Amino acid sequence: MTERSRDLTFRIGTGAVALVVVLIVFAIGVELTRQSLPSIQKFGFSFWRTEIWDPVAGEFGALPFIWGTLYSSVLALLISTPIALGIAVFISELCPAVLRQPLVFLTELLAAIPSIVYGLWGIFVLVPAVRAIETSMPDSLRQLPLFTGPPLGLGMLSAALILSVMVIPFTSSVSREVLRSVPIAQREGAYALGATRFEAIRAALYYARTGIIGAIMLGFGRALGETMAVTMVIGNNPRISTSLFAPQYTMAAVIANEFTEAADQLYLAALVETGLVLFVITLMVNSLSRLLIWSMTRSLAPLQEAAAAPAGGAAA
Amino acid sequence: MTRTRRRKLLSSLFVAFCGSAVVVALTPLAFVLFFVVSQGARAVNLEFFTHMPTPVGEAGGGMANAIVGTLILTSLAAMIAVPIGVISGVYMSEYAGTRFAALVRFAADTLNGVPSIVIGLFAYAVVVVPFKQFSALAGGFALGTMMIPIIARTTEELLLLVPGSMREGALALGATRARAVFSVVLPAALPGIMTGIVLALARIAGETAPLLFTAFNNRFFNIRLTQPLSSLTVQVFTYATGPYEDWHRQAWAGALVLVTIVFACSLAARFATRRLERMHGRA
Repeated sequence: MTERSRDLTFRIGTGAVALVVVLIVFAIGVELTRQSLPSIQKFGFSFWRTEIWDPVAGEFGALPFIWGTLYSSVLALLISTPIALGIAVFISELCPAVLRQPLVFLTELLAAIPSIVYGLWGIFVLVPAVRAIETSMPDSLRQLPLFTGPPLGLGMLSAALILSVMVIPFTSSVSREVLRSVPIAQREGAYALGATRFEAIRAALYYARTGIIGAIMLGFGRALGETMAVTMVIGNNPRISTSLFAPQYTMAAVIANEFTEAADQLYLAALVETGLVLFVITLMVNSLSRLLIWSMTRSLAPLQEAAAAPAGGAAA
Repeated sequence: MTRTRRRKLLSSLFVAFCGSAVVVALTPLAFVLFFVVSQGARAVNLEFFTHMPTPVGEAGGGMANAIVGTLILTSLAAMIAVPIGVISGVYMSEYAGTRFAALVRFAADTLNGVPSIVIGLFAYAVVVVPFKQFSALAGGFALGTMMIPIIARTTEELLLLVPGSMREGALALGATRARAVFSVVLPAALPGIMTGIVLALARIAGETAPLLFTAFNNRFFNIRLTQPLSSLTVQVFTYATGPYEDWHRQAWAGALVLVTIVFACSLAARFATRRLERMHGRA
């Protein structure tokens, strides 16, 4: 009897600490809402529809930041997805066993490099290189809405490139896990029917599509919230443009740049509200992505155990 | 016949594409490392580690205060995150099937995905606003918040790897659940958990965004926790975006120090996990 109650104490004690994790997530939502109340009350929904960001006049519209965040993240996804999937396939299906662990380590190192280091490299190496590409572009192409504006180097293209590099390791490591959960028999069956390598892998990819979409969305969530590297190369100009060469601005970047300079309550509240929306968007994207990955790996888990697949160990 | 050849060609093209994807992704890694090492090596010197920043515009000086600052901030973060993270991990693995464990797991994954700048805003609201001052504590709180989910999930995963027979043996000897966990299961997983903590620390030490308006920055040497505190990352940011040539030089030196820390930790962790895996006989 006493032992029973001691076990209950243990459960309640550890559970109470675990509850802290849940409470933090709630507290983030509550605190950000509380701090952004002045802005929410003053602007309402127009905050998200207007383009004017004028701290001096006290007018705040966040549309340019939402645009910049979405545009840069989507571009980054377009660049990184094929590369990340290629890596995942190469590592899990094609490469010799000796190369597997070193390649996993190297791609994970891409994720380990601090954002600020990417930013520093971006400012002094990538931006000049992009500027050189921009200036050497023929005039005929410069007429397109995608390439208008002065060739500054700082701008959407640099941001998208750096973001795609930073997102690759996330998408590729999750896709690799997902591919590994596709039963071997599925590929063997394809080969037995005379499929080429490409056809067998295509079938495996199709089989794993839910999880792979989840992996891509996980990368998207990372790209949306990425701050330092983007802040340092995107040019920080709150103006909506479709041009890859135009300096633009993201939600995370405007918070990073202007928060300590914000003098009045309304300005601070507007920045916090920007953060609140960033929080809500990433929350939705990440939850959906986890749901997809989870439904994929869960439905395959029994098969996995039966096949007793080797449990490789990526470091944490 | 031609159809077969076409299929084979397509297949080889696909294999080539996948191989080149690896090369394309590793090229920026090589470039970043090359520039950080070559520029950083030229810039880093003893003065960098032992001296304070010089007045604005004057060449020379170092980041002694920022290095100490980063150490203080990561220690504070660890003090907050290790107990909460490990115990939450214990709960998730001990009561793995329960609905509350699933909720905690979901919360940890959610927290892990929250952008670091948003964590900074949260720490600002919770610590900076009430005390009306940027402080080392606020910075440590922000970094600790980021660290909790990483440690919790690592602990959970590693505890689940401990063979059930060990726990059952302890319970069969009459140990309570708490006793079985803290004297048998947790020690068995401890090396792995330590590795996870080291990796989490390495990641946290490289964070900038959550410190911008929590720990803020400080040009002077400070160890008081209620005062603004400089850190390597924020200092690199300030110097990289500043106008002076010598600042840029020091930014590269700072980047080299950061990358070295991260690299050393990942490598150490990797060797440790390898050994662990061999010890536990995992294929």
